[in-house]
Amino acid sequence: AARMLLRLLSDIQWRAANPKWRRMTSSRRSTSTTAEPHPVSLPAQAQVVICGGGITGTSVAYHLSKMGWKDIVLLEQGRLAAGTTRFCAGIVSTARPVSIELKMAHYSNKLYEQLEQETGVPTGYTKTGSISLAQTRDRLISLKRIASSLNVMGIPCEIITPKQAVELHPLINIHDLVGAMYVPEDALVTSANVSLALATAASQNGVQIHERTSVSHVTVQKGHVTGVETDRGRIECQYFVNCAGQWAYELGHSGEEPVHIPLHACEHFYLLTHPLAEPLSSSLPTVVDPDGRIYIRNWQGGILSGGFEKNPKPLFTEGRNQLEIHNLQEDWDHFGPLLGAILRRMPGLEALQIMQLVNCPESFTPDMRCIMGESPTARGYFVLAGMNSAGISYGGGAGKYLAEWMVNGYPSENVWSLDLKRFGTLQSSRTFLRHRVMEVMPLMCDLKVPRWDFQTGRQLRTSPLYDRLDAQGARWMEKHGFERVKYFVPPEKDLLDLDLSKTFYKPDWFDIVGAEVKCCKEAVCVIDMSSFTKFEISSTGDQALESLQYLFSNDLDVPVGHVVHTGMLNEKGGYENDCSIARLSKRSFFMISPTDQQVHCWAWLKNRLPDDSNLILEDVTWKYTALNLIGPRAVDVLSELSYAPMTAEHFPSLFCKEMSVGYANGIRVMSITHTGEPGFVLYIPIEYALHVYNEVMNMGQKYGIRNAGYYALRSLRIEKFFAFWGQDLDAFTTPMECGREFQVKLEKGMEFVGQEALLEQKQNGVYKRFTMFILEDHDTDMDLWPWWGEPIFRNGRYVGKTTSSAYSYTLERHVCLGFVHNFDEKTGEELVVTTDFINQGEYEIDIAGQRFQAKARLYPFSNLFTHRRRKDEVELSGYQRE
Amino acid sequence: FYLTPPQVNSILKANEYSFKVPEFDGKNISSVLGFDSNQLPANAPIEDRRSAATCLQTRGMLLGVFDGHAGCACAQAVSERLFYYIAVSLLPHETLLEIENAVESGRALLPILQWHKHPNDYFSKEASKLYFNSLRTYWQELIDLNSGETTDVREALINAFKRLDNDISLEAQVGDPNSFLNYLVLRVAFSGATACVAHVDGVDLHIANTGDSRAMLGVQEEDGSWSAVNLSYDHNAQNEHEVERVKMEHPKSEEKSLVKQDRLLGLLMPFRAFGDVKFKWSIELQKRVIESGPDQMNDNEYTKFIPPNYHTPPYLTAEPEVIHHKLRPQDKFLVLATDGLWETMHRQDVARIVGEYLTGVHHEQPIAVGGYKVTLGQMHGLLTERRARISSVFEDQNAATHLIRHAVGNNEFGTVDHERLSKMLSLPEELARMYRDDITIIVVQFNSHVI
Repeated sequence: AARMLLRLLSDIQWRAANPKWRRMTSSRRSTSTTAEPHPVSLPAQAQVVICGGGITGTSVAYHLSKMGWKDIVLLEQGRLAAGTTRFCAGIVSTARPVSIELKMAHYSNKLYEQLEQETGVPTGYTKTGSISLAQTRDRLISLKRIASSLNVMGIPCEIITPKQAVELHPLINIHDLVGAMYVPEDALVTSANVSLALATAASQNGVQIHERTSVSHVTVQKGHVTGVETDRGRIECQYFVNCAGQWAYELGHSGEEPVHIPLHACEHFYLLTHPLAEPLSSSLPTVVDPDGRIYIRNWQGGILSGGFEKNPKPLFTEGRNQLEIHNLQEDWDHFGPLLGAILRRMPGLEALQIMQLVNCPESFTPDMRCIMGESPTARGYFVLAGMNSAGISYGGGAGKYLAEWMVNGYPSENVWSLDLKRFGTLQSSRTFLRHRVMEVMPLMCDLKVPRWDFQTGRQLRTSPLYDRLDAQGARWMEKHGFERVKYFVPPEKDLLDLDLSKTFYKPDWFDIVGAEVKCCKEAVCVIDMSSFTKFEISSTGDQALESLQYLFSNDLDVPVGHVVHTGMLNEKGGYENDCSIARLSKRSFFMISPTDQQVHCWAWLKNRLPDDSNLILEDVTWKYTALNLIGPRAVDVLSELSYAPMTAEHFPSLFCKEMSVGYANGIRVMSITHTGEPGFVLYIPIEYALHVYNEVMNMGQKYGIRNAGYYALRSLRIEKFFAFWGQDLDAFTTPMECGREFQVKLEKGMEFVGQEALLEQKQNGVYKRFTMFILEDHDTDMDLWPWWGEPIFRNGRYVGKTTSSAYSYTLERHVCLGFVHNFDEKTGEELVVTTDFINQGEYEIDIAGQRFQAKARLYPFSNLFTHRRRKDEVELSGYQRE
Repeated sequence: FYLTPPQVNSILKANEYSFKVPEFDGKNISSVLGFDSNQLPANAPIEDRRSAATCLQTRGMLLGVFDGHAGCACAQAVSERLFYYIAVSLLPHETLLEIENAVESGRALLPILQWHKHPNDYFSKEASKLYFNSLRTYWQELIDLNSGETTDVREALINAFKRLDNDISLEAQVGDPNSFLNYLVLRVAFSGATACVAHVDGVDLHIANTGDSRAMLGVQEEDGSWSAVNLSYDHNAQNEHEVERVKMEHPKSEEKSLVKQDRLLGLLMPFRAFGDVKFKWSIELQKRVIESGPDQMNDNEYTKFIPPNYHTPPYLTAEPEVIHHKLRPQDKFLVLATDGLWETMHRQDVARIVGEYLTGVHHEQPIAVGGYKVTLGQMHGLLTERRARISSVFEDQNAATHLIRHAVGNNEFGTVDHERLSKMLSLPEELARMYRDDITIIVVQFNSHVI
């Protein structure tokens, strides 16, 4: 290892001394022809094998070794930091719209800042700051939203005028700007050297690094990683970390048990120039012009500038090694529009002489967020890849979270939005990935507005009613590949074009959804909810009940035909899933969970259910079409169709029964609606779906039935203060923190996962509290709409963020849901949040820098239930998913 | 001095001509869709000529470019007369008889050719009678020779070329009582012209070439890219076979003097040509004709000048090399052009530019900065230009014009540079010839639906 370190250091010095290092390319897979011998032979076994010596791999190695894991081998097929990392623009920017990404970037910045001191490797770290420019009002709004969340995190950041921008960077042409955001602590680094510094530190901590070693595949036995096959022999290991960047997809597919890592490479260009006549200062801030799709940073007296074109060129769709990264061609015609934008932004650069147009592939993911976590099928197989061109910004933080995940079993932050398990095999098609990344790459610069839907890779999973609903004006969104209706556009109505409909203000569908909500309240609506994940758990004996009792917090030993809302908690009492479970028989259960739980929940259960061939877990998602009949007249429609009394006396709330609807038999009817409104969900074997839908619509006519979509559902559930998993609830939220103690049976007579943590919380109190806010002085027509992630202020002090929001057509007000913390005024330490603390505050919600007064509530409005038909049988229990 | 883009366009488009084969019943059943032609002068007056005509008594279409030297008289005469000689050579015996009878009895003649001419393409009215008489003599001989065999296109082309050159020679030797005509036939004979002629009849494409103009076929490969197939050989010093041929035709003693400085007898670039009797007649004949000719001939140093090492004439022939090509679906177009084009552009680029023009699809050569010193501003200008070209490619409605625009305006990156174009087109007459030659281009588009 010492020899390794020495070589690394000399490598760095050589690179630093040679300004043309970018051209010196030595990374090749074929190692036999190169003269340099491998310094050390591979070990026969290790605890962890990391594949990939780029920023992510070295960061994982660095953090694992810091956390005390020493038996680590890092393998790199070429040279360390020689892939995308080498060609990275080296911008560390915290200006990120997603909070977890912002946190990762912030951590990376802090890490890199001290890295040179820690390792002695020059990282080129310079705190230049960054200026994000807004050419439009909407862009400025989105910058203000980011500024709000940076500020509450204590990251200096200000919204500045164009004039102030030009004072910070004299070359900026400001004539078309409406404003800008300045983040003074953003930095520049020499990305390859950061990676080498991390490797050096890891190596000092005992990590073995082997270059020119390719992993051919990972072996998995009984669902656990057992070892790694390389071109230099086998290494037995317990953990494997796939940090192979754009090759991660291929590597994941190379083993017998494929690990689906949905990412795809695109060509990505940036320009290097010779220095200006008067060389640019190395402290000049980086300029990001998202409306022009470009960024410009200072580089050795000249500039380094690139961007995200509208027409990206995906590559390596057919697999690796058709073309070496380093042989990619410059494509000036492709770069032309970006060059135009660069010169428009800084006309003073015209005379600057070109040094090189670098073409370096970057990997992008289907939802613009990176991929980390453990494989749902192979335990011990971890992944960190798909950085969407922000590898340097995220690398440090992402490596830390992954290391924590491996060492502690969970990361220190909620990383669900980055979790590999948010994807399944369905996002793994090469065609899907190719098409999707062509949409994703331009989106990097596009305005991020609420309720944006991807346009590519659509119509993959659909309900059998898709065509029927589409013909009736359905507008669609997609979740986990499944098409779901947002709302129905009435025939006489015209909505704006997709691009024009982007807004931070009141959307054009406002009245349409309002009408659907009204129908849910007064008559009856049908919503196709087939996308929900549906599992059946059954056993020959009591195994099913026993296992579920252990894995779920509520008491599932209920009479047959009852439905139970329950959390699936982790050891800390946090929600891994939030579901409804119907007891179909003594020994079988039907479990409904959110759509995107399909992979996560399956893996969670598989890993924890006893290995017993008499206990069967089956995914029946595809077998049933779900129709949600919401509204006071649902009962009438259903009883007419089934010739069965459906009133509360015969069919109480939270009840499940198989019955016939129309000609179709075996329809599972449950008296829940996921909204707090009266009604039923029908789980229909798919071949009956069309028949039942037609019968319901025909019969429903006289009761004023109409189709509705998820936007109506969302408005209904939020005004009822229903939390949903994936947005409001996550692995860091316990039932105690969101007022769902009643869904937990602490004394159900047996131990269950998370029980201890919950007992402790019950005793000591909670440190955050799920709270409902009703915006007071907010003008729905004129003001910016809340979305989620808005800072919450209590008595002028930041206490937390919103997690979701909707307009309540009943209250005629906006409702935001979010968590309130109690940070100690001096230390910032989190204190217990009591009911009094919530109730005794004056609240404000910050929407893009503008604060609106809000009323806080811990319980839903009871007077909303104007059409209450049954006394106590409405679902008081908050339970919702979207 | 700077030309605006509209001025550039008006210069480039001054001589452009397009012909579309008429459709019948909404369909074009001909193998030729039509053609675009254009010429850009460098000499004043231009010495290039072009011709295009449809054969009316036989099937097929004739197209040709003619590059004159030592004046334009020969090229002009060949452009007027050659297609008649070819058409007549192709006519069956009965048609020839019918025509002869009509002439004999003063009846209206069957039209032989339908010309497709630009207004600037003139025919000499004064010489028409003379030319007609020579042509009539030719068909009368053909009638007498009646072999009863069907006419072979290759043979017809060769015969027509040789016969016309022979007639040019004879007319000059015989002279004409009309002094204008007398001077004209002499100027025709003492100047020269190369000819590159295409005859398209269904899928049969014949190229008859004399000299250094060139015919090139544009072929679209399966992947959509374009390649060029030569359908003629240049008759000049670069062509080994041609040099070999010339040497074979003359005694060994002359081997050294035949080709000097890549020129025939150190003087003439093309190794085959019409006219140029100075390389065909004996010294005695030349002297006699010049002496008996008008004063203008005697005063002309060039005509009086006898080539050095002139021992065993003729040194020059108008006999064409004929290449037959069966058109295939991938053969999309034919380019006939004088050497003015081929000097500035590689045939591969010609194929690509025309191919992309005709299909509207552009596979541009990628730009590589390489060792050049390029500023961001320059690169931006260049890219804007390339983009603009893609959108404005159709400001040229004529493939030949488009090709000329490239031939004259291309910069080192293979894109049209307006500044360069403007400079090249605004050169004063006396300088123009030093920077470029006359360019004449015909682009024939084939009908893939029929082929």
